[in-house]
Amino acid sequence: MNWKRALIAATAAIPLILLLAWGFSRNPGDIPSPLPGKPAPLFALGVFAPGQPPLERKVGDTLRLEDFRGKVVVLNFWASWCLACREEHVALSDAARRYTGKPVQFLGVLFNDRAPPAIDWISEMGGQSYPSVMDPGAHVAVDFGLYGVPETFFIDVTGRVARKQIGPASDVVLNHVIDSLLAAGAQTPVAAR
Amino acid sequence: MTGLLAHDALLVSLGIILLGIIAAPVAVRRNRRDLIALAYGAVYTNFLLVSIATLCMIVALVSHDFSISYVAQVGSRSTPLFYTIISLWGALEGSILFWAWVLSMYSAVAVWINRKREGNLIPYTAVALLSVAFFFGVLLIGPANPFKPVSPVPLDGPGPNALLQNHILMAIHPPLLYLGYVGMSVPFGFAVGAMLSGEVTNDAWITLSRRWTMGAWAFLSAAIIAGMWWSYEVLGWGGYWAWDPVENASFMPWLTATAYLHSVVVQERRGMLRLWNLNLVMGTFVLTVLGTFLTRSGIISSVHSFTQGTIGYYFLAFIALVLVGALAMVAGNSERLRTTGRFDSAASRETIFLLNNLFLTAFMFTVLVGTLFPLVAEMRGAKVSVGPPFFNRMTLPVIAALIFLMGVGPALPWKSASEAEVKAKLGPPFIAAFVSAALAFAIGVRPPYALAAFFFVGYALFANFREYWIGVSARMKAHGESIPVALGRLVRANNRRYGGYVAHVGVLLVALGIAASSAFRAEREVTLKPGESMSVAGQTVRLKGLAGRQEPQRAVIAATMEVMKGDKVIATMEPRMNYYATSSAPVATPQVRSTIKGDLYLTLMAFPQDGSNATIKMIVQPLIPWMWFGGGVIVLGALICMLPVYRRKDVPVVAVPPALQPTSPPALEPQLVDAP
Repeated sequence: MNWKRALIAATAAIPLILLLAWGFSRNPGDIPSPLPGKPAPLFALGVFAPGQPPLERKVGDTLRLEDFRGKVVVLNFWASWCLACREEHVALSDAARRYTGKPVQFLGVLFNDRAPPAIDWISEMGGQSYPSVMDPGAHVAVDFGLYGVPETFFIDVTGRVARKQIGPASDVVLNHVIDSLLAAGAQTPVAAR
Repeated sequence: MTGLLAHDALLVSLGIILLGIIAAPVAVRRNRRDLIALAYGAVYTNFLLVSIATLCMIVALVSHDFSISYVAQVGSRSTPLFYTIISLWGALEGSILFWAWVLSMYSAVAVWINRKREGNLIPYTAVALLSVAFFFGVLLIGPANPFKPVSPVPLDGPGPNALLQNHILMAIHPPLLYLGYVGMSVPFGFAVGAMLSGEVTNDAWITLSRRWTMGAWAFLSAAIIAGMWWSYEVLGWGGYWAWDPVENASFMPWLTATAYLHSVVVQERRGMLRLWNLNLVMGTFVLTVLGTFLTRSGIISSVHSFTQGTIGYYFLAFIALVLVGALAMVAGNSERLRTTGRFDSAASRETIFLLNNLFLTAFMFTVLVGTLFPLVAEMRGAKVSVGPPFFNRMTLPVIAALIFLMGVGPALPWKSASEAEVKAKLGPPFIAAFVSAALAFAIGVRPPYALAAFFFVGYALFANFREYWIGVSARMKAHGESIPVALGRLVRANNRRYGGYVAHVGVLLVALGIAASSAFRAEREVTLKPGESMSVAGQTVRLKGLAGRQEPQRAVIAATMEVMKGDKVIATMEPRMNYYATSSAPVATPQVRSTIKGDLYLTLMAFPQDGSNATIKMIVQPLIPWMWFGGGVIVLGALICMLPVYRRKDVPVVAVPPALQPTSPPALEPQLVDAP
């Protein structure tokens, strides 16, 4: 074994390893929306799970996207049969509570699921702080180009889709995206909207 | 219950693996054969334990045990049993488990076959293979644990990814791919074993690693073709290759393994390229790991990407270890790998093998650069995707050169050829090449690259068949044998050489299919009302109607299309859209009608709610089935190459002139005619 040669050869591997390591610094799930800069598809969906005070909405109420103009909307598609949705549940529920009083609206959209198992799921998971709506026929999911669950869309104060998170959302991602959208929203004069 | 059992089995196997890794070197140093038995036993036991875990997963999937995370993730009560079983490899964790199982199986077989071999090669090979197994074992109890308990237990799951339960090839392509991909670990094991034991100067490991590479290569070739077929049959765009990172990941090790299978012959016959071959074996394995990393870590976006987690970090650490270790070991041993032979002449088979290796390696690096480039570009702030135009432009000249060499190599003798010999051997195929290109031109091929493809494929096909004919006719003259007998005996006595030519023909058929289908692809997209028809490239189809039906796991909307010949209906086709509960988008399911001349490909693109019309994409492409057939021929060639060594009892082996005496028995190939 010629150790000197071995050492020189081994260092040749370092640039490639560094390149691959750098690849991790990006969040592959955080991809620009397929509707960049375009208005989010409008919807009007009925609440089936009320959420908890102070964020609760009455069951049966119809929530419209245009009602949230001026707020950052966090639209989370989920289902009771979805394993990864369990992972992000606490982060979402906590984040919604944390932003209480700020112009942020969290909304869950149930995807290809029925209300009874979804309500059971919420209570098993210790509750959901914000309301969830039904999407009969998955029409809204199709409008948003949903690929699977969970997926989270971030809609800015002007009603445009700003970002989309594929896969479970984390605290870091939620804080980062919501804060930057709030900051951008504060600079937009309300009259101009 | 099954989850606990499986998890414990994997945990115990980790301990056993460590035991084996420690036992073998100690055994070799202290010359304790009993400890070597312990190391081998660790390999067998690991196979047993991983098999138990895999079996547990299958039982859990079949019994819909949603308390196990992987089942809750890919299982569903409405999925048919068959697709439930094969969802074992449908998502990340299951695929890692399957991977570990294939590796443990291969390792056990490789060690068992060679358990009586003297020397330290096999004990160290066991150490190398166990080390790889250790990595996958860690993944399975850590970041890719498929047996995590789920509580509360869901009542039902989403079922496998819709695309993956839409076609039968999903049952064939992935296992073939794993058998090929993981198979490359075994030659790597032998190479590391040879270096650690100091037996790298002796060619025994080369024979072993060549045989195992051959087998893995056959599986990998079949897997790549099956993958092309799957994407063609399922994805609805009528294509079969998109230079997606996952496709590249399977293709790169195939290129280096192909290079190795050629250059290893040069080492066996002429004692050259020793260091190069070692590099190819190590490189092939590194590329399999790199490919897996790229597609499992999610750092490069691909249609095939698995969901991500922390697994990427583990893979990165593993790659770093393997890469640094491999480079250091090879460089540290490089001085010992002196070449004993030398190149005598430019006009010789070994020169062509060398060129073939250079082109294959250049090919691999081109694909590697194209695959990694988006990452490099993003480092500098630009989002770039490298698509088919880059790959097609960069690789076509290399492919043309390789095809040409496929015709030249078999025709030239070893060492050196006289000018007359070169002319006699390399001249005639040019006639076939011109005829083939002219024929292509006559039927309307115009793109220069396609004409060049027909030219070179014609050359190489003729040259390879001619080698057969030379061999057969020589036997017929010398022994008075009939054609089939002469052919059979020729191949049996020189199976590696003539098996290689069969594989060449397979590759050439695939090349022909690619050239023809891309030069002549014709397509249209038309919205039809029932009774209306459309035509592409002289073929006509008529929409009969549109109907929906419910199947257990999906809803189906199907267009009934009649294939017309004049006024007569000669066939009915049914392109569909399948709606799976858990997928928001329907899965278009094309229908293909194949004849020897080519394919008619129909996809249902869209239809209105009331079903009053249907938008149909119609694609006509010639020679597509030749690619799938060519894939079969490649595998047949590889199987012929793997036939056990054949020794005629009535012919003394000393008949081979001493100068040509091969260094290993299977290389008995210079005799076109049996020795006197």
